Amino acid sequence: MTDLSLNGLATRPSQVWGGVRLVPLVRDEPIEDLRLDAQVYDADVGVVAVGPRIAYCSYIPHGFVATWADDGTPAAAYGTQLRNPADRDRAPARMPLRFHHRMARRVDKNRLRFLPLHLALEGYLALHFGGPEIAWEEWSQQAIRRGLSPRVEEAYTGAAVRGLADALRVFEIHPGQCGVLVYVADALAAAFVVPHPDDYRALHSTLVHDLYGELIYHYAMLGGPVPAFKARIADTTVRSLADLRAAAAAQRDEWATFHDEVMAGGLLSGDYTYEYVQEVGPYRLSRLMPSFERQRDNHIGELIDDDAGRLAYLKTFRLSENQVRRGHLLTRLAAGDWRLSTTAAAMGVTEFELVRRIEAAGFGYLLRQDLRDHYRARARR
Amino acid sequence: MTRDETGADLIAAEDVLLFVNAAITSTGQREFHSGADEQSLSLDFLHHYLLGNYRDLYAATLALDVNDHNAVLIARNLLVTTAEATPEQRRAEGRLIARRLALLPPQRVYGLFRELRRARVNNRRTRAIMRDWLAARPDPAFDAVKYRSAVKDVTRHAHLAPAGELGPFLFTPHRPAVYTTPILETWRRAHYERAALYDLPYTVAEGFAARHGIARGTFLERIAPRLTRLERLRLQESARDLGADAVRADLTTMPLTRLASYVLALSLEDRRSRRAELTSALRAAARRTAGEQAGRWGTVAAVLDDSFSAYGSGQKRRRPLAVALACHFLLEALAAEYTPLWLSGRSDALDVRPYGPTPLGERILDGLELGPDRLVIVSDGWDNAPPGLAGEVLRIWRTRLDPSHACGIVHLNPVYDAADFDVRRLAPAVPTAGIRDAETLVALVELAQFAEGRTGLAELRAHLAQRVEDFLREDT
Repeated sequence: MTDLSLNGLATRPSQVWGGVRLVPLVRDEPIEDLRLDAQVYDADVGVVAVGPRIAYCSYIPHGFVATWADDGTPAAAYGTQLRNPADRDRAPARMPLRFHHRMARRVDKNRLRFLPLHLALEGYLALHFGGPEIAWEEWSQQAIRRGLSPRVEEAYTGAAVRGLADALRVFEIHPGQCGVLVYVADALAAAFVVPHPDDYRALHSTLVHDLYGELIYHYAMLGGPVPAFKARIADTTVRSLADLRAAAAAQRDEWATFHDEVMAGGLLSGDYTYEYVQEVGPYRLSRLMPSFERQRDNHIGELIDDDAGRLAYLKTFRLSENQVRRGHLLTRLAAGDWRLSTTAAAMGVTEFELVRRIEAAGFGYLLRQDLRDHYRARARR
Repeated sequence: MTRDETGADLIAAEDVLLFVNAAITSTGQREFHSGADEQSLSLDFLHHYLLGNYRDLYAATLALDVNDHNAVLIARNLLVTTAEATPEQRRAEGRLIARRLALLPPQRVYGLFRELRRARVNNRRTRAIMRDWLAARPDPAFDAVKYRSAVKDVTRHAHLAPAGELGPFLFTPHRPAVYTTPILETWRRAHYERAALYDLPYTVAEGFAARHGIARGTFLERIAPRLTRLERLRLQESARDLGADAVRADLTTMPLTRLASYVLALSLEDRRSRRAELTSALRAAARRTAGEQAGRWGTVAAVLDDSFSAYGSGQKRRRPLAVALACHFLLEALAAEYTPLWLSGRSDALDVRPYGPTPLGERILDGLELGPDRLVIVSDGWDNAPPGLAGEVLRIWRTRLDPSHACGIVHLNPVYDAADFDVRRLAPAVPTAGIRDAETLVALVELAQFAEGRTGLAELRAHLAQRVEDFLREDT
C-alpha cells in the first residue's frame, strides 16, 4: 500500500462554471517519450473478454492508445484515429457491439491500446468476484458455484452530469497543462493526467464521454453554483507595487497549497493498493484500488508511472457511497474468510446485523434462502 | 456627489448607462459564455424595461453609438408603442428614428420594415417614416432589384404607389416585354442571357449564376467589378482559392475592426508571409481613425485579452480578439509611447490567437509598473488566473498607491454578459464601457474618464440632450 501523489505537476487557479470546478494541473517538463491518443469506437456498447469465460460489458465510447519510443526520442501522437472494425466484430445494426480482447492489449511492438476508466472499473467489479473460498454452510449454491456473477454497477456518462459539458467547453486550457481535477459541488469527481500538453488538448473533450458515479450525478443535479476562490489582498500591508506583486504571488501559492492539502486531500491522502497490469516501455500501467474505508472519498483508478515515481497518466472514478459500502463489505468478508461469525465479530456487529447489511448491499442472493428467511422472521418478532 | 439627488435619480442614471453598454455590445448572437437565446432574452428585457420607465431617454440612445441591431430594435419598439407617447415625444422620436434609419445599412432598414409588417404595425407615423425613407433612397430601381421582395412588402404595407416601371416590376415582373430602365431591363435579360447577369448586384447575380450553372470561379472573376467593398473583403480568400484573382480588396480603405477580423481569419503562415502588407494596412486604418488625436495621448499601456474566451463563438468568430487587435493598432497611433501587454505574453500582434487562461491581475501589474499616463484594458472581464486578482490590484492601486488618479485607467469590454444585464466589470473604482468597434475607442475613453465618479441623472440628461442635438444637426 502506498499513497498517491501528483509528482511533477503544479496546481493552477481553478475555473468555475455553475456547480463544476475544474482545477488545471501544469507540468513543467512534458513527458515526450510516452504519448496517448484517443481511438474512437463506432459501437457504444462494448464487450471485453477479461479472462476465460468472464466478460465485461459497458458503454465504451473510446479507447486510448499509448505510444512510446524505445530509445527515449520524442514520439508524435497519431491524432484521433477512426478505425473500421473487422466484419467479425460487427453485430446486428440495431445494437452495435464491439468486442475487445482484454482491457489493455499490445497492438504493435510499441503501442498499447487500453480502455480508459474501464480498467479501473473492471478491477472494482472483479473484487472478490470468485465468491466464498470456503463453502461455509451459510452461502447459497449459486454463490459457491458462480461467485458474484453477474456483478453489475451503474454510472452516468459525463453528458448526463448537469453543467459538465458547458464547463469543459468554456474552460481555458493553460499553456503546458497536462491534467485536470474535476469537482462537482466541490466534491472531487475525477482526476485526469496525461503525459504531454498536446495530448491534453486532444483529450480534454473526452472527459464528457467518461463515466461518473451516481453521487456526482446527484450533486450536479441538486447542488447550486460553487463560489470562485477570489483573490483577496489586505491593503494595509501594501506600500508599493512590489508589495502588491508579492501579495499576488502569495495568493497563488496559498491556493495551490490549500487545494492540494484540503480539496484534493481525499484523493491524495487515501490508502491505495496498486495492481500491476502491463509494461508500457519504461513505464508501468497499474490499477488503483482504494481502502473502502467508509465516510470518506474512495477513488478507483488507473495510472502509468515510471520507476522514479513520476506520474505520466492517471484517471480516477469516484465511487458512490453505496459502491463504497459494497466494496467494504466484500473486503471484510474476504478478510474473515467468508465466515459470517468471524466477520461480524471483526466488524463489531451481530450476525443478524451483518446479514441485513449483505442484503441491503444487494448481495442477498449469496446467502441461503432459508437463512435469510430465518433472520427476517427473527427481525419481525 | 455634490448635489443632493434622490435614490431614484441615481438608479435611473445607472439604468441608462447599463442599457447603453448592452446596446453597444450585444447583437443577440451567441457569445463565448452564453447562447443566442440568453443574449436576446436579456437584451429584450432591458429594452422593455427602459422603454416602460424612461421613454425619452430610451429614444435619445439612438443618437449614441449603439450598434445596428439595437438601433433597429429601439426604432421598432418605439413604433410599436406609438399610442403610449405624447405628441411632443412622437415628434422628437420621429426625427431621431428618421435620422438613424438614414445611417443604417439598407438591408437592416428593410428588415425592420418587414418586421413591422409582421407585427401588424401600420400607424400613420410608421407609414410616414417608411415613405420618407424610401423617397430618400438614391436609386429606387436598384433597390427594387437588389431587395425585391422587401421593397414589395414595404410598398404594399405603407400603401405607396411605386413610380414608373417599378409597379409592374414589383407586382407583375414578367408581363412587360421590355423595360426602359436599364437595370430592370438587365434583370429581365439575365433570365435568358448569361452575359447580362454580370451587370446586376452581386447578391442578385449569384442566384442567376446558380440558375445558369455558371462555375463559381468564373462567376466571381467576372462579377468582381460589381462587388461592394465589404463583399470584396469577405470573398477575397475563397475567390483566390478558386483562381478568381480579380477579386481584390483594397485593404488600406477598410474600416479598422473589419480589417482586424479579416487578419485574424487568415492562417498563421499567411499572416507571417503577408506581414508587411497587413501591418501597413492596419496602421493606415488606425491613423485614419485616430485623426487629429494621433500621438497626443502620452505614454499608454494596454492590457489586451487573447485568452481562449476571446474566440467569441461560431456566430461572432474572434470578435473580442479582433476588437483587441484593432485597439492595439489604434492605441499605437494615438500614443506617443505605447506598450502592448497581451495576456499570453506574446509580443507580436499579428501572431495572436485565442488560447490560454486570463491572468488579468498580473498583466495589469506589469502595465502599472511602466508608470503610463493611461492604462487601457480590453478584455471580456472573465479574470480567472486567479479569479478576482485584477479587481484587487485595481482597488488597491486606486485607494492606496495612486489616490490622485495620476494614471487614468479604463476597461473596455466587447462582450455583453447576459446574466448580469451589463458588461462584466473588473472593479468599482475603474470605469467599464462596452465597445463594439475599436473606432469608437476615443469617444468611449473620454466619456469614461468624465464619468469616473457616479454620474447623476441631470448631468446624464444634459449630456444626452447635447448628443441628440449634434446627431440631428449632422443631418442638415
